[in-house]
Amino acid sequence: MVGEPMTRILVAAIVVASCAFGAAVHAEDSPQFRGVGGVGVAETPLPVKWDKNENIRWKAALPGRGLSCPVVVGKRVFVTACSGPDQERLHVLCYDVASGDKLWHRQIWATGATVCHQKSNMAAPTPVTDGKHIYALFATCDLACYDMDGNLVWYRSLEGDYPTLVNNVGMAASPVLWKNRFIACLETSGASFAVGIDTATGQNAWKVERPKVINWVTPLIIKNHGKDEVLFQGPSDVSAHDPATGVKLWSVAGSFSTIPSPSFGDGLVMAPGGKMQAIRPPSGDDKAKIVWENAKLATGYSSPLVYRGLVYTISTRGIVNCADALTGRTVFSQRIDGTFSASPLAVDGKIYFVNEEGATTVMQAGAQPKFLSVNNLGDTFLASPAAAGGALYLRSDNALYCIAAKK
Amino acid sequence: MRNLCVSIACAIILLSSRASGGSDLTPLLARIKAVASEGKGNPAASAALKELIKQGPEALPEILGAINDASPQAANWLRSAVDAVADRALSGGKSLPVKKLEAFVRDTRHSGQARRLAYEWLVRIDDRTPDRFLPDMLDDPGAELRRDAVAVVIKEAQEYFDKEQKAAASAAYRKALTHARDRDQIQLIAARLKKLGVEVDLTAHFGFINRWQVVGSFDNKKGVGFHTVYPPEKGVDLAAVYKDKDGVALRWQEHETKLPLGLVDFNKIYGNLHGTTAFAFAVVTSPSERPVELRASSNNAIQMFLNGKQIFGREEYHHGTRMDQHVGKGILRAGRNEILVKVSQNEQTEAWAQTWTFQLRVCDHLGAAVPLVVEKK
Repeated sequence: MVGEPMTRILVAAIVVASCAFGAAVHAEDSPQFRGVGGVGVAETPLPVKWDKNENIRWKAALPGRGLSCPVVVGKRVFVTACSGPDQERLHVLCYDVASGDKLWHRQIWATGATVCHQKSNMAAPTPVTDGKHIYALFATCDLACYDMDGNLVWYRSLEGDYPTLVNNVGMAASPVLWKNRFIACLETSGASFAVGIDTATGQNAWKVERPKVINWVTPLIIKNHGKDEVLFQGPSDVSAHDPATGVKLWSVAGSFSTIPSPSFGDGLVMAPGGKMQAIRPPSGDDKAKIVWENAKLATGYSSPLVYRGLVYTISTRGIVNCADALTGRTVFSQRIDGTFSASPLAVDGKIYFVNEEGATTVMQAGAQPKFLSVNNLGDTFLASPAAAGGALYLRSDNALYCIAAKK
Repeated sequence: MRNLCVSIACAIILLSSRASGGSDLTPLLARIKAVASEGKGNPAASAALKELIKQGPEALPEILGAINDASPQAANWLRSAVDAVADRALSGGKSLPVKKLEAFVRDTRHSGQARRLAYEWLVRIDDRTPDRFLPDMLDDPGAELRRDAVAVVIKEAQEYFDKEQKAAASAAYRKALTHARDRDQIQLIAARLKKLGVEVDLTAHFGFINRWQVVGSFDNKKGVGFHTVYPPEKGVDLAAVYKDKDGVALRWQEHETKLPLGLVDFNKIYGNLHGTTAFAFAVVTSPSERPVELRASSNNAIQMFLNGKQIFGREEYHHGTRMDQHVGKGILRAGRNEILVKVSQNEQTEAWAQTWTFQLRVCDHLGAAVPLVVEKK
């Protein structure tokens, strides 16, 4: 039974998918960081229980490390990785959704700096797909566009173009797509900008300056009163831009995080920081404003989840906090086991929390914390999970798992 | 429409090139190699790549050869073409031109990256390829091929070690050390040799400078010092007396560091200062003129000068450090050369932002220390 709020989310997801990505991507797919719309919500039911022997449809070995999420479109799943003594080998891999067979594997040589924090690596940003092409951005600021068969369409060395575009902690913000714009927010203490790149040519369509502070936040595309806007969250504001031109539309000042990314639901932008701040975008004569704050919802690495009227966060140390999405009133706090970097995922009324130690806790969505299972694969997971077509995809440094009933 | 026009143009160029008797691929490769900053040339390169991918596997040596003088951007376009052509050939049941690829790998005039790429395709179709190639590649100018060759010797050494054949193990590790250039392999070898009672002076082996003339501290409040040209940057006079922003006299002093890998800790010299800049200076004598790399690491903003010319600068504070993270390229003259390093500390107060250090070594493009003498004051 799909309730009223769920219907709204589904409709919103389909609208965002069709507008932002084009007809080749569907709500069943997971085309970017945190899936359709970047909000971590999917609908086709997933297994609730699995282990190394049960409900693993396939497991594929990866050639190197990565924090990027798998992305899925149609019958293909893509993932990036890096290898080599200095992570100078950058990989893009494509697998068959049904069998896990590797369909193709391409590599590029890193042209940008490969120094980063030991927890990160050069395959940190999640690639993005419009169903016709896969756009793979790496922490080295190498950017490659391939067709679905692995043929290079275009390539950019963004650090080659802008030599001070580097941070030695490691770039990690993922790109997004809007129509024929590949949009990335690349903020460092040197060159620092957001860029909209023509997906056909790989050339800049627009480029706007950003604060010279390193930032790992992924842009978010929202629909505000029928118009698409791309949001950039920086340490001192959240600003909305026209995704076609990069022109700034509005902003809200405040203190925001430079690690977890914002989410969107129930008409509110959930902007994480030392406290969660819910931003209502401008409407008519009403300016954009922060409508509530809740310090309990602060997170470390993971991004918030808005689902069925509630907002969920998980702290690095495993505290699940839940609040009413419209008021910010705390509903519950509950600890679960593990250390958490991955962002939560909501599917079919359940929420999936993946910890770094390899266990996924499945919780019933709702105001009462009800835990359904803990599923341990004994691997290390820092990347956020992806759900598409009734399968859950988890990636570690060594392997890509497809968790689903075997076909 | 634009892409269609470019594709048609590429096809016409290809046909006319064939008619004129030139290499079929030359115009296509030229279009790919013409890619420039901010995606300039991408549409033409993309169309050329489509044509290139249609070629059979016999085109592989020429595409690989084009990597030799390609920019880093163009090299990635070309390697994608190599992978696509080879992939398509193998999946279509065709064979790769093994003899030509083997000759390409063995010809050290080609770029190390291109040779490595050809080698990996040979490995893909014959897993005995490493046995045929690697024993001859301990001195290979290609970093990755050399690394794999060294890895084979390290493995042999470990096998001797496991059998308690210590003399053979020690000899094999020494052999590996002679040829290794990657820091992780060198550090591994040194650790194993230590277990065998052999100490390796890694500071000297890597070519770190551990004796400097230093002067500080100059102002870097609000980051101004990084961009200010202080007197040492205009020319070093070790007898000069400078003044800081408060009028305090600053003099050069000799500093010989005993810290591992030539690490210079300015906090130990000047105290735990913030918003400050210091210089380190060394005169090195080289027996010959040669290209070199000055490789440094620092958690602070750093600039490197060779013979008065800035060859590297990075204004980034406390964002992580790794040996060799900063590379400045220049020419070492025969005889006397001056190396100046400017290291700026910012005003962050967090515990993790207190380091004010650097290390610097002089090496060739593969990372081998170059012969030189560091002068005393």
